[in-house]
Amino acid sequence: MLADKDRIFTNLYGRHDWRLAGARARGDWDGTKEILDMGPDWIVDEMKRSGLRGRGGAGFPTGLKWSFMPKTESDRPHYLVVNADEGEPGTCKDRDMLRFDPHKLVEGCLIASFAMRAHACYIYIRGEFYNEASNLQAAIDEAYAAGLIGDNACGSGWKFDLYLHRGAGAYICGEETALIESLEGKKGQPRLKPPFPAVVGLYGCPTTVNNVESIAVAPTILRRGAAWFAGIGRPNNTGTKVFCISGNVNKPCNVEDAMSIPLKELIEKHAGGVRGGWDNLQAIIPGGASVPVIPKSICDTVLMDFDSLRDVKSGLGTAAVMVMDKSVDIVACISRLSTFYKHESCGQCTPCREGTGWLARVMKRMVKGEATLGEIDTLEQVTYQIEGHTICALGDAAAWPVQGLIRHFRPELERRIRDYRDAKVSERAAA
Amino acid sequence: MSTRALAKDQPASFAFNAEMMAQSKRIIAKYPSGRQASAVIPLLDLAQRQEGWVTRPAIEEISKILDMAPMRVLEVATFYTMFNLAPVGKTHVQICTSVSCWLRGSNEVVRACKERLGIGMGQATPDGLFSVGELECAGACVNAPVIQVGDHYYEDLDFASAGKLLDALKRGENPACGSVTGRDGSAPAGSAVTLTEKPTPPPKQDFAAAKTAFEKAKADAAAKAAAPKA
Repeated sequence: MLADKDRIFTNLYGRHDWRLAGARARGDWDGTKEILDMGPDWIVDEMKRSGLRGRGGAGFPTGLKWSFMPKTESDRPHYLVVNADEGEPGTCKDRDMLRFDPHKLVEGCLIASFAMRAHACYIYIRGEFYNEASNLQAAIDEAYAAGLIGDNACGSGWKFDLYLHRGAGAYICGEETALIESLEGKKGQPRLKPPFPAVVGLYGCPTTVNNVESIAVAPTILRRGAAWFAGIGRPNNTGTKVFCISGNVNKPCNVEDAMSIPLKELIEKHAGGVRGGWDNLQAIIPGGASVPVIPKSICDTVLMDFDSLRDVKSGLGTAAVMVMDKSVDIVACISRLSTFYKHESCGQCTPCREGTGWLARVMKRMVKGEATLGEIDTLEQVTYQIEGHTICALGDAAAWPVQGLIRHFRPELERRIRDYRDAKVSERAAA
Repeated sequence: MSTRALAKDQPASFAFNAEMMAQSKRIIAKYPSGRQASAVIPLLDLAQRQEGWVTRPAIEEISKILDMAPMRVLEVATFYTMFNLAPVGKTHVQICTSVSCWLRGSNEVVRACKERLGIGMGQATPDGLFSVGELECAGACVNAPVIQVGDHYYEDLDFASAGKLLDALKRGENPACGSVTGRDGSAPAGSAVTLTEKPTPPPKQDFAAAKTAFEKAKADAAAKAAAPKA
């Protein structure tokens, strides 16, 4: 288990003062000017060497992403946009950073913006997080008042403005180009890529969109050194990670631990174990709603990192671990997710708009077994017709949970169909 | 996708009150000149805070303030689900029923609402005091089940505690938000496993040495690139 001294989010549970004085006592804003004085190239290089992979779900190397921004300023200003539109079912890690450690994010915004030669940054926070937005705005105001950001940020001579923008309830705005559209005052419908945001982003200007956690960990990585961060976890899966453990565990919680911690250890050490013991486990969705479910046999040994979960045809996603014990109707659970994606599809691409509705309707019947055996294959085919045929990854995200269900729980689907049919037959015989 | 339309019965007019007008000016100032359309979501939010829901006259007024086509504002109002396009109860209770909440008994919270308020999802009490809606993942999954009342989350609910909370709301009280079981944020219940020590500032790397190493690596790479191939 990771030692407390190696945890980045030392106020994850809000037990200490989240304001500037408290944040400073925990080491935030300590030597920020020294970091800025090292120059943008060093910062990007150090981030690359830390091995940090984006914490929003896709796991793209953060330092590499930063290096895609133009190296010189032109008449088009650069922007950093922070994605705080957290809403992937199972995921609630950014919320704690926003309300209890907002200064880590504010400091990270300054450093990342400086490294990408951006003088302005927008944080897009989901509308439901009202109290979280209040704390963050208070932190931003404190940072301005203390001269940490503003016309001469930390005395570095760099002008930096930070703005908070509240969304209004659309899961799709967590997709980076939909978020940019929404920030421009439009419906959150994703853009085609290329051009990528680093070339044409917010207001047509070079833009990088990063997750809250990716930005909030940056100051600590730079302060302690890339080697420290890279020394935690496994190669290509480095550092610490905030995991959200929800569902049928004894003590649901958020916890920061080392990347690549075994899933079983994570649940038993931090979440008090599966309700009714490990043997009562049925399945786990290991990375938020959009990654395929894995059965207990895989959960026994899998490590919580990008590569290990990819190897078992699932994914780390946002590291939101949703635990289901044997009492759970697994088909109903995936059906609920299909309903979610139907509700949240932006309606732009036909395969997703129509396909998510199709999946939701068939899944509703599958819960009761009101289907034919052949429809399981049809359902699977539909998921492949959605996957990869849409502008953004919401289509894939809708397809994967259903694919995971069919991959690991086909006998359960078949059993329900047979039971339903048998019940109908005996009903008719009785009549 | 969710299909939403404006309510049939609409008021005749809309105007921001002085406080909301001042707030909207502060919001518009956050965006570069000519990009005032960025303020459309925050302004619709202000309109909803003032009126309780988003009305057609409000949409038209905001389109004038932001110099947008009314259609563009209507598109935004119908796309984002936080905007109520019809009046809701004075106290609007939203129940998260997504997977993490469902796994921990959001059905029981729905049942508590039915029992205490006499209404189900998408309904309002005849006196207009309460309405109940569904929330697609509140993003507080380790504190499930969760309901949102106004701007506040109430967490770690079950049938009994949800009933108690609704009773308090019915009496016109303003219960403290957060976990009803008294957990610290998202910490595991009971004794702490992590973050048991008093946090101290982390050690800092030697920036001067790091700078030297970085410059040397850069010079080496440049020399290597410039050297003729053997």
